[in-house]
Amino acid sequence: MSAVAVEFQEREDYLQEYTLKSWLLTTDHKRIGLLYMATITLFFFIGGATATVMRLELMTPQGDVLYSPDAYNRLFTMHGVVMIFFFLVPSIPAVLGNFLIPIMIGARDLAFPILNLLSWYILMIGGAIALWILIFGGIDTGWTFYTPFSTMFSNTMVVPAAAAVFITGFSSILTGLNFIVTIHTMRAPGMTWFRLPLFVWAIYATSLIQVLATPVVAIAIALVAVERVLRVGVFDPALGGDPILFQHLFWFYSHPVVYIMVLPGMGVVAEIVPCFSRRPIFGYRFIAFSSIAIAVLGFLVWGHHMFVSGQSMYAGMIFSMLSYLIAIPSAIKVFNWTATLYKGSVRLDTPMLYALGFIGLFTLGGLTGLMLASLAIDVHVHDTYFVVAHFHYIMVGGAVMAYLGGIHFWWPKMSGRMYNELLGKLSALIVFIGFNLTFFPQFVLGYLGMPRRYYEYPPEFQVLNVMSTAGASILAVGYVLPLVYLLLSLRNPPDAGPNPWRATGLEWQTTSPPPVHNFDEPPVVMEDPYAYSPEAAEALDDNGTGDGGSTLRR
Amino acid sequence: MTMEPVTADRRSAGKPIAAEDEPILEVQFDDLEQQHEASMLGMWLFLATEVLFFGGLITSYAVYRSTSPREVALASHHMKVGLGCLNTVILLGSSLTMALAVRASQLRAHRDLLWWLGGTMVLGTLFLGVKAIEYTAEYQENLVPGWNFQIPEENRATIEQEQLNPGRFQMFFVLYFFMTGLHAIHLIIGIALVGVMAYLSWRRWFSGGGATQIEVTGLYWHFIDIVWVFLYPLLYLIDVHS
Amino acid sequence: MPVWTLVRIFIILLVLLFATVGGAYLPLGPLHFPVAMTIAVAKAVLIVLFFMHLLYSHRLMMVVSVAGFLWLAIMVALTLSDYQSRDWLKIPGK
Repeated sequence: MSAVAVEFQEREDYLQEYTLKSWLLTTDHKRIGLLYMATITLFFFIGGATATVMRLELMTPQGDVLYSPDAYNRLFTMHGVVMIFFFLVPSIPAVLGNFLIPIMIGARDLAFPILNLLSWYILMIGGAIALWILIFGGIDTGWTFYTPFSTMFSNTMVVPAAAAVFITGFSSILTGLNFIVTIHTMRAPGMTWFRLPLFVWAIYATSLIQVLATPVVAIAIALVAVERVLRVGVFDPALGGDPILFQHLFWFYSHPVVYIMVLPGMGVVAEIVPCFSRRPIFGYRFIAFSSIAIAVLGFLVWGHHMFVSGQSMYAGMIFSMLSYLIAIPSAIKVFNWTATLYKGSVRLDTPMLYALGFIGLFTLGGLTGLMLASLAIDVHVHDTYFVVAHFHYIMVGGAVMAYLGGIHFWWPKMSGRMYNELLGKLSALIVFIGFNLTFFPQFVLGYLGMPRRYYEYPPEFQVLNVMSTAGASILAVGYVLPLVYLLLSLRNPPDAGPNPWRATGLEWQTTSPPPVHNFDEPPVVMEDPYAYSPEAAEALDDNGTGDGGSTLRR
Repeated sequence: MTMEPVTADRRSAGKPIAAEDEPILEVQFDDLEQQHEASMLGMWLFLATEVLFFGGLITSYAVYRSTSPREVALASHHMKVGLGCLNTVILLGSSLTMALAVRASQLRAHRDLLWWLGGTMVLGTLFLGVKAIEYTAEYQENLVPGWNFQIPEENRATIEQEQLNPGRFQMFFVLYFFMTGLHAIHLIIGIALVGVMAYLSWRRWFSGGGATQIEVTGLYWHFIDIVWVFLYPLLYLIDVHS
Repeated sequence: MPVWTLVRIFIILLVLLFATVGGAYLPLGPLHFPVAMTIAVAKAVLIVLFFMHLLYSHRLMMVVSVAGFLWLAIMVALTLSDYQSRDWLKIPGK
C-alpha cells in the first residue's frame, strides 16, 4: 500500500456496496427509496395486467374473453386494490420522497432510519398477502369493499384482503410520520420553511394526510373483517347495523387518499417547471399554502362519494359546497405553474414533457371533478364511466405522469447516469397519446350512460370502447419503454455529473450518485429557492443550439 | 471515565455496563436536543394516529347512540358500573406511577425508576384482571355478540312494548366489546413495552439513563389512560340514574 | 416536576371521577351527556398537560395533540350531520 497521499478523496457513493445484506438491511434512505421503486414497479405491472385483460374483455359488447362475469368483478377489484394501495399511495412519497427529502433539507438521513426500513418490510408483507390473494382467485367486492356485500354475500378472500390493506396502511402511516418529524426537526442551518423546495412542502402536506386519515380506513376494514368472521351486525341492517356508516368511515380515508396520490405529483411538477423554464416559480408562498389547504380541505369532502347512497340531502349539499371550495387551491397551483412558463426559456426535455402533460391532464380531470361535485350532475353520472375517466385523468394523467417525470428528472442524481433522451421524449409522447385515446372516450361513454364495473354493454357503446382499448395498448408501450431504457442506462458509466439540468436545490449540490451521508460537509443555506434566470440561460447558450448551454449531450 | 468512543458493540457484550452520562447521539442527528425533540414529536404524531384509530369506533358509537338512544340506554344497564369505576381508579393510579417513573429516569434515580415501572405494570395487569372478570360475567349473562348473545329476559318486555330494534340493542354490545377489547390490546402492548423498558433499565442498557425512552413510553401509557377516561362514561354511565 | 404536584393532579382526577359517577346518578335529564363529556375532557386535559408534560413542551406538540382531536371532531360532526338531517325533507330515503 503506497504511503503517498492520494490527490482526491476516493469517496464511496451510496451504491457502491452491493451485497444482498447491504440492501435488505440498509437504513440508508436512498437505498430504501430504490427498494420501494422496485416493489411498486412490480405492482404497477401487475395492476396493468389486470387492466389489460379488462380492456380486452370490453372490446366487445358480450362477455367473451373471461370465463364468468364474476371473473370480471375480481379483475377490477384487484386492479383498484393493487394500483391504489401498492402503487399510487407509496409511489412518489416512498420512492422520490425517501430519496430526496433528507438531501433537499440538508440532512444526513431521515429522523428514524430503522422505522423507514420497517415501513418497506410492512409494505412487502401486505404486498405478499395481496399477491397470494391474487393467485388464489382475488376478491370481487370492488376496491371500495362496500357492505353488506363484502361482509355478508361475497364468497372471496375478503378477510385476507382486509388484513393486507390494514397492514399496508401502517407502512403509509410510518412513512408520513418519519417525513413530518424530519422536516420539522432536521433542516440544515439557514433552511427556513420558506426556503424549502415546494416538493418538500408537498410531501409534508401528503404526510399530514397519511398520518390522520389512514387509521380510519384501518378501523373500517377491521370492522368488516370482524363482521365477516363473527357474524355480528355492525353494518348489517337485519342486525341493526347501517351500511352507510361503513361508507362514511371508508371515504373519510379514501377521499384524502386521492390527495395523498396527487399532492406529491404537484410537488414534482413544481420542481420541474421552474428548472425547464429557467424562471423562479411564480407565487411560491401561494403554492406552499395551497398544498396545506388541499390537505386540510380534503378531509371535509368525503360525502361527495355518497350523494346517491342514502345520505341525507342536506349533508349532500354541505359536502358539495365544500368540494367546490377545494378546487380553489388546486386552481391556484395550476395558474402559478402556467405563469412560471410565461417569458421563460422553455426547454422540452423529457421531465418537462411529463410535467406539462400533468398540468393539462390534471386540469381536465379537476374540472370534471367539479362537475361530479354538483349534485344534479352526479345523480346521472354516478357509477358510470364518467367517474372512471375523471379519476384516471387525475391518477394516471396526473399522478403517474408526475411520477415518471420525477423519475426522469432525478434519474441522473439517483443513478449517476443519463438515459437516452430521444427514447425519453418518444415515450412521453406515446404515453400522452395512448392515455388520451384510452380515457377521453370514457367521458363520453359515461355521459351516454355506460355503467362502470360492467363486463357487458349495449352494442351502441362498442366504438368508443374499442377506441379506449386501442389507446390502452399504446399506453402500455409507453410504460414499458422507460423500464427498458432506464435499466439500459445503468450500463453506462456514472458520468452524468452533479447537476446535468443546472437546477437549483441542495440535491444538485452533491455528487451523482450522492455519498452515503449525502454531503461531504453539512450545507448552510443562504439564498431563496428557484434562483433561476432566463436571461442567464440565454447568455449561457454558448453552443448556439438554443438550449441554454446545457451539459447534456444525449 | 473511559476514553474510547461508545459503540453499539459494548452494549451487546451481554454484561451490565456503567451508565454513560450522556445519551448516544445517532448519526443522522446534529445534537442531542434535536434527537430528543424528534423522538417526542414522533411519539406525539403516533398518538394522533391512535386518536383517529379509536375515533373510527367513537364515530360508530356516536351514530348508533344518536339514532337509537333508547336501545343503547337499555343495553347499558347491564354494565358493571362499580367494576368500571374501580378500573378507572386503577388506571389513573398507573398513570401516576408512570409519571413518577418518568421523573425518576430524569433524576437518574435508578431504583425508584424500577419500582415505579414495576408498579405501573402491576396496576395495568390488575386492570386487565378486573376486565377479565367483567368479560366472564358478560359471557355468563349471554351478552357476547357473535358467540352466545341473547336478549336478556328483563329487557324483552320493554323492547316489545316500545317497539325497539333488538339489533340496535345488540349493537351496543358489539361496540362495547370492540372498544374495550381494542383498548385492552393496547394496554397489553403497553404493559409489555413498560416491561421491556424496565428490564433494559435494570441491565443499564440505556445511555444517559434512558430518560427519552422512558418518557416516550410514558406518553403511550398516558394515552391509553385517556382513552379509558372517555370509554368509561361513554359505555358505563349512559343511563345510570333510572 | 415535584412529586407532590403529580400526586395532587392524581387526587383531582379521582375527585373528577367521583363527580362523573355521582353526576350519573342525579336526575339531570338531557344534561347527562354534556356534563359527563365535560368532566372527561377536563380529566384528559389534566393528564395531557401534566402527566404528559405538554405544558412544558414545545408548542408543536400541542398543535399535534389538538390536531388529532380536531380531526376526530370533524369526522364525528360531519358524519352525524348526515344522520341528524335525514328526516328534514319529508321525502322517503332523503
